[in-house]
Amino acid sequence: MIMQHLPVLQVVVPLLTAPLCVIMRHGRLAWAFTTAISWACLVMAVMLLLQVLEVGVVSYHIGGWAPPWGIEYRVDLLSAFVLVIVSAVAAIVALYARLSVEREIAPERVYLFYTMYCLCLAGLLGIAITGDAFNLFVFLEISSLSSYVLISMGKDRRALTAAYRYLIMGTIGATFYIIGVGLLYMMTGTLNMMDLAERLPTVAGTRTVLAALAFLTVGIGLKLAMAPLHLWLPNAYAYAPSVVTALLAATATKVAIYALIRIYYTIFGKVEILEALMINNLLIMLAFLGIFGASAVAIFQNNVKRMLAYSSIAQIGYMVLGISLYSVTGLAGGIIHLFNHAMTKGALFLALGCMFYRFGSLTLNDLAGMGRRMPLTMAAFIIGGLSLIGLPLTAGFISKWLLVQAVIEDGNWHFAVMILVSSLLAVIYIWRVVEVAYFRPPMDNTGTIIEAPLSMLVPTWILALACVWFGIFATSTADIALRTAAVLLGATP
Amino acid sequence: MTTQALILLAMILPLAGAVLIVLSGRWPNVREAVTLATSATLFGTVLSIAPEVLSGGRPTVRILEMMEGLNFFFTVEPLGLLFALVASFLWVVTSIYAIGYMRAHHEENQTRFYAWFAISLACTMGIAFAGNMLTLFVFYEMLTLATFPLVTHHGTDEARKAGRVYLGILIGTSIGFLLFAMVWTWVMTGTLDFTDGGILAGKADGPMIAVLLGLYVFGIGKAALMPFHRWLPAAMVAPTPVSALLHAVAVVKAGVFTVLKVIIYIFGYENLAASMQGDWLAYVAGFTIVAASIIALKQDNLKRRLAYSTISQLSYVVLAAAILSPLSEVGAALHIAAHGFGKITLFFAAGAILVASHKTDVSQMVGIGRRMPWTMAAFAVGSLSMIGLPPTAGFISKWYILHGAYQADHMVAVAVVAASTLLNAAYFLPVVYRAFFLDGEAAVLQQAPAVGAHHHGEHGEAPLPCVIAMMITAGGTIAMFVFPGLPISLAEQLIGAVP
Repeated sequence: MIMQHLPVLQVVVPLLTAPLCVIMRHGRLAWAFTTAISWACLVMAVMLLLQVLEVGVVSYHIGGWAPPWGIEYRVDLLSAFVLVIVSAVAAIVALYARLSVEREIAPERVYLFYTMYCLCLAGLLGIAITGDAFNLFVFLEISSLSSYVLISMGKDRRALTAAYRYLIMGTIGATFYIIGVGLLYMMTGTLNMMDLAERLPTVAGTRTVLAALAFLTVGIGLKLAMAPLHLWLPNAYAYAPSVVTALLAATATKVAIYALIRIYYTIFGKVEILEALMINNLLIMLAFLGIFGASAVAIFQNNVKRMLAYSSIAQIGYMVLGISLYSVTGLAGGIIHLFNHAMTKGALFLALGCMFYRFGSLTLNDLAGMGRRMPLTMAAFIIGGLSLIGLPLTAGFISKWLLVQAVIEDGNWHFAVMILVSSLLAVIYIWRVVEVAYFRPPMDNTGTIIEAPLSMLVPTWILALACVWFGIFATSTADIALRTAAVLLGATP
Repeated sequence: MTTQALILLAMILPLAGAVLIVLSGRWPNVREAVTLATSATLFGTVLSIAPEVLSGGRPTVRILEMMEGLNFFFTVEPLGLLFALVASFLWVVTSIYAIGYMRAHHEENQTRFYAWFAISLACTMGIAFAGNMLTLFVFYEMLTLATFPLVTHHGTDEARKAGRVYLGILIGTSIGFLLFAMVWTWVMTGTLDFTDGGILAGKADGPMIAVLLGLYVFGIGKAALMPFHRWLPAAMVAPTPVSALLHAVAVVKAGVFTVLKVIIYIFGYENLAASMQGDWLAYVAGFTIVAASIIALKQDNLKRRLAYSTISQLSYVVLAAAILSPLSEVGAALHIAAHGFGKITLFFAAGAILVASHKTDVSQMVGIGRRMPWTMAAFAVGSLSMIGLPPTAGFISKWYILHGAYQADHMVAVAVVAASTLLNAAYFLPVVYRAFFLDGEAAVLQQAPAVGAHHHGEHGEAPLPCVIAMMITAGGTIAMFVFPGLPISLAEQLIGAVP
């Protein structure tokens, strides 16, 4: 019975947790409840993944209405993989959140924070699971609205303007998306993704469909912060509470990437829209613009959190690059980077949260001597940093390997050079932090600072070790990514 | 114990040693005992792997599969064994030396120093025993990171800057070129395993080979081929034991070792010779040999002079490999061992002089041979080996390299070796001459008012552990000339000689 309804429970459970948190009106209690629920979500996601690996695609009809009339939840390998990523990060971040949230958010608003946390989680999971283009919009809005609130809860007053800017740009993105969906509905009379894929080829050449594609691309591009549509991201990440930054950086943009893959490879899969319209060339250009531009800007940041925010834009570029290569290896590289980067950035932002908890500041100068004051936190930061660079034995290496392999297979040598050179930019901005943390003597007023509390350190290290684990034992993740990519490309010859 | 277990032990031992060193950090004597015991056991372990390899065995340990088809495993073959033997033996000697040096020189953070040193050795063993390019690459990068804290040990501004150059060049070349070359090879051949005869045979042809070879040899920044050599002089800010073992033996030899592995097992030296696409490498190596020697001539700081000499000597190995004749490959392998013993002696001597007299420049070392006869005698032996004169190990390897060059009719290589022998003599012999045959008293009297050397004016020999270490390595340099059997038989297996 439960197994049968697993797909809908995956979304409904966190969705219902949110109002319950409001009813509790107690910060600690809400935290415990949220943590329990997010771990339950992880269990459900893993069960779904196992089910998909065993029997193939799982289709669930909401309210028993058969698609294409009713809303369909459709869990294929890609969905299940993204569900696991999102719920795993959410579970670990929830474990970490208690002390960090108490420090950064006013006590009377803590329970509201967890309410929004659950809503955001429900929205993100919903995007990954739904097989309906309009339903995706609904979940997109749920996750976006709750993340505007989460960001605005940051202690720094600039969090408000950052959230406001994100609100404006996010709303434009969502509106563009819904315009695109509306145009598609106009031409095909359906909203179910599989159904759309069936019906699009007959109308693919029309200007309306092309306009729809443009709206969808720009709309989702705004949500995933694809350069040059990234302007909302640096401030939103920099001024949001530490927990929120970790959650959003590791999940929100990843889910948007997922939506982009769905649009190009499922909805427009049968018409091979990337190749037909040469959109991939445009996307590759934008990807490299993001990779190089954002990495270069990251090097000059003084706030470490902001620096990592720019690094996120660059890493999103790698994922977009993987998607637009239009080959099994390339798409697999993009998908696996989605996973690996979630672990990496999660670990890095959690480590920054630990430092902020003790130091109350994240400018480069204030982190002087951090290596001596908080050796374990800094070690986790370095592991995350190495993974960001893509050194062997870290998850980032596997992504780089697949991406470079993909471009070499296509004979695009110059892309291989650009991918590798760009990872060297990461060396520069990570090493700036390392030098400050280890070579500068600690400041006098930091004498009392000790290592972060265990309840924050353990989740940080779980993610840091995950970076190492999935860099060594990458057979399973690489296998899933390659199979997913093959299905996405192969099922739509 | 099975050979497989021994291979794993060779990597686990130094790591376990590092943990014990950290745990015993409060008691320096225990800590140093741990270092010595670990290094001695490691050497014993590597030595006990030797018989099987010498009799033609290739013991292999499979660890795991990283991605579909990309394995992580170890195979001990003759070249790797030779490298591991040299590195692990010299670690024992360096440990003895370091005890004398670090204490007499009042270095700080010694526990951290010994711990990272042990970890570096674990990485070196991983490089030596790697069964494919991926495994080698993993340990290659780990070695770069593990030696970074050693290079920047003093934590000064100068050390920080040197660390930047060190990391920038080594990581930059390895990710920018080497990783590229590996993925390219992987796409073309579907394997990265070291295979006799090379895996690229028949898979690549034409100028593509030249490009790929360039990506490999310049990607291996640790081989210090010009123009990617600057990290080596920069790394000289490290304490002398680091310069001695890591930047004369382990790290730099890991570089040329990898070049040799790539040429023999990835390209296959016979294929490379047949394709005519590898010729340019001999010229680049030859240029590096001569240019680095000329720069060494002008260095007054002894450690810097040694660093440039190392750059030049490393390119001997690359040159020998690039001659692509069987005997020159043997010479390349032998030179890894011979130069290791000779250069570590020279660095030990430089460090001993620093500890005893606080002198760093060649021009200050007038008459020092009378105060430190043992140190300077060892220095003289090391110098002879660098020049390639009997009765030292350098003669043996140079003999094979020259022989190989004649075999391949490679007159440019012969000329380069001849020229560099003269240059070597020109920058080493004056140091020895100055130390023994110029009158130090007079020079000291002249300089006395100018330099603040008054309380170091009177000094004797270096601390005893340092002297013992130098005697061992200098003795080893001579012993390798007298009994060259083991290294030669290992090296000859490389070119298919049946044991």
